[in-house]
Amino acid sequence: MAGEIQKKCSAPGSEKVYKRPDSMNEIYLRKGGAAPTATHYCSGCGHGIIHKLIGEAIDDLGIQDRCVLISPVGCAVFAYYYFDIGNVQAAHGRAPAVGTGISRARDNAVVMSYQGDGDLASIGLNETIQAANRGEKMCVFFVNNTIYGMTGGQMAPTTLVGEITTTCQEGRNSDYTGFPLHMCEILSNLTAPVFIERVSVSDIKHIRKAKIAIKKALEVQRDGKGYAFVEILAGCPNNLRQDSKESIDFINNEVEKEFPLGNFRDRIADTTPLIRPDSDFSKAKLDEVFGIVESVEYATPDPDFKKCLVKIAGFGGQGVLSMGTILAQAGIYGGKNVSWYPSYGPEQRGGTANCSVVLSARPIGSPVVYTPDILVALNRPSLEKFDKDVGPGSYLIYDSSVDNYTPPAGVKAYCVPAVDIAMKSGSAKAVNTVMLGVILSLGQVDLTEKEFEKAIAESFADRPKLIELNLQILKAGYEWAKENLK
Amino acid sequence: MSDTQEKQSPYPVIHALECKACGRCVLECPKHVLELGTVLNERGYAFVTYKGEGCSGCSNCFYTCPEPNAVSVHVPKKEKAEA
Repeated sequence: MAGEIQKKCSAPGSEKVYKRPDSMNEIYLRKGGAAPTATHYCSGCGHGIIHKLIGEAIDDLGIQDRCVLISPVGCAVFAYYYFDIGNVQAAHGRAPAVGTGISRARDNAVVMSYQGDGDLASIGLNETIQAANRGEKMCVFFVNNTIYGMTGGQMAPTTLVGEITTTCQEGRNSDYTGFPLHMCEILSNLTAPVFIERVSVSDIKHIRKAKIAIKKALEVQRDGKGYAFVEILAGCPNNLRQDSKESIDFINNEVEKEFPLGNFRDRIADTTPLIRPDSDFSKAKLDEVFGIVESVEYATPDPDFKKCLVKIAGFGGQGVLSMGTILAQAGIYGGKNVSWYPSYGPEQRGGTANCSVVLSARPIGSPVVYTPDILVALNRPSLEKFDKDVGPGSYLIYDSSVDNYTPPAGVKAYCVPAVDIAMKSGSAKAVNTVMLGVILSLGQVDLTEKEFEKAIAESFADRPKLIELNLQILKAGYEWAKENLK
Repeated sequence: MSDTQEKQSPYPVIHALECKACGRCVLECPKHVLELGTVLNERGYAFVTYKGEGCSGCSNCFYTCPEPNAVSVHVPKKEKAEA
């Protein structure tokens, strides 16, 4: 019947036709199945209404080729069936992170996420706030139907107090489960968002207002101005056991009372487009950022040298970790493969710390040192913790402040008055440098004095006064070892 | 009803197969010219039908319908008034 009428008036251009937006597919090929032209949504569902409004705004703004939709977890997980635009499907609550990535990688993209209340206001709450606070260039369509729809109508963060769901059969009790989360109000406390509005698609009056807000949010993206958030109160008549009339009344009379409609933020007019320069990941740029100078010459590896495992341990603040980096750096100058692997507690000072340094002629498989060839222990707890790992014939170097200590049998144990040497040489803090001198003297690491000196110079490059002092202390440690250790 | 009248009158096209019979359009039609049908479409829904005349072309039914392919509304453009 309808078709007949259509045939009678088919003169092109002589009529305006309200129909499915061009940015939505005519046939849902990805969906397939028995009804490839129908959505998978229930009868009377709010999602289809919102999809059409978004599609129409995309058409009106001419941005179809720039659009990337982040489809959510929830009923709208299949949003990519319906839209003829770019799409990435994100895990539950992760749309803001995925959207951030896409927006940063493709500055010209119109990024929009489409999320439900469980997705956005529950598991995704933190990411949502962080992305909004960063002012990411994305617009968020937040569909609030006060319920977890896809999983069968459980209580959501937005469920009204007293509202019955499958997981609150006597109505949401705020004594146990708190109160509905007001996302627009929460995000309105942030500085960055450009546009925040709460609308409803309950009935046609509200739908027409929603259409304007959705289009504005996409305009913000078209112009690259920043973050836009549109909360849309929508119906879930199937889960809430409502017919269309009841669904409309419920939203208008109850949901809207809890979630007042209106604009919370509109800084579109006085916001200028945010243009981020392209990131430069070229090798030249990275070398510049990290201060890598290509002209440094490295020695060629000595094929006779196999490897040397070093563990350095003490309390935090003794220079345990920096001693490791200097040793590793010297290894680099000496043409070795090196690794440096720290292990320390949460304290900046005073806790225990140790690091493992591997020097090897061959590539290093694991940076972890379980049985060191050289253990340097700067205090008693470190010594007692690690000395059993030192095998016969390996070196154990410890500070002479540890008295009444008997090393394990077969170990080459050297008691070094490192603190005394350091103090006499002018810096009580430089115990670690004294120990480096001792390591140098042992010859086990197959590195020259010059290589140690270059590593010290590099380590103290930003404090030039300390370079000369530490070179002297290195020498003092080395000479003490030459005289006293046999 | 003459041909001229038909060309000048707006009308909805309800794609019977796509209608899920939620009845939102029936509630929103200011002219009350849509009604829930009694015949089931092949997907099992008692699809909405147009009474055949009286449509004002307001497009309420299109915007309130959750199914993108179920309803379209045709509104003839007004001819320019002769000078």
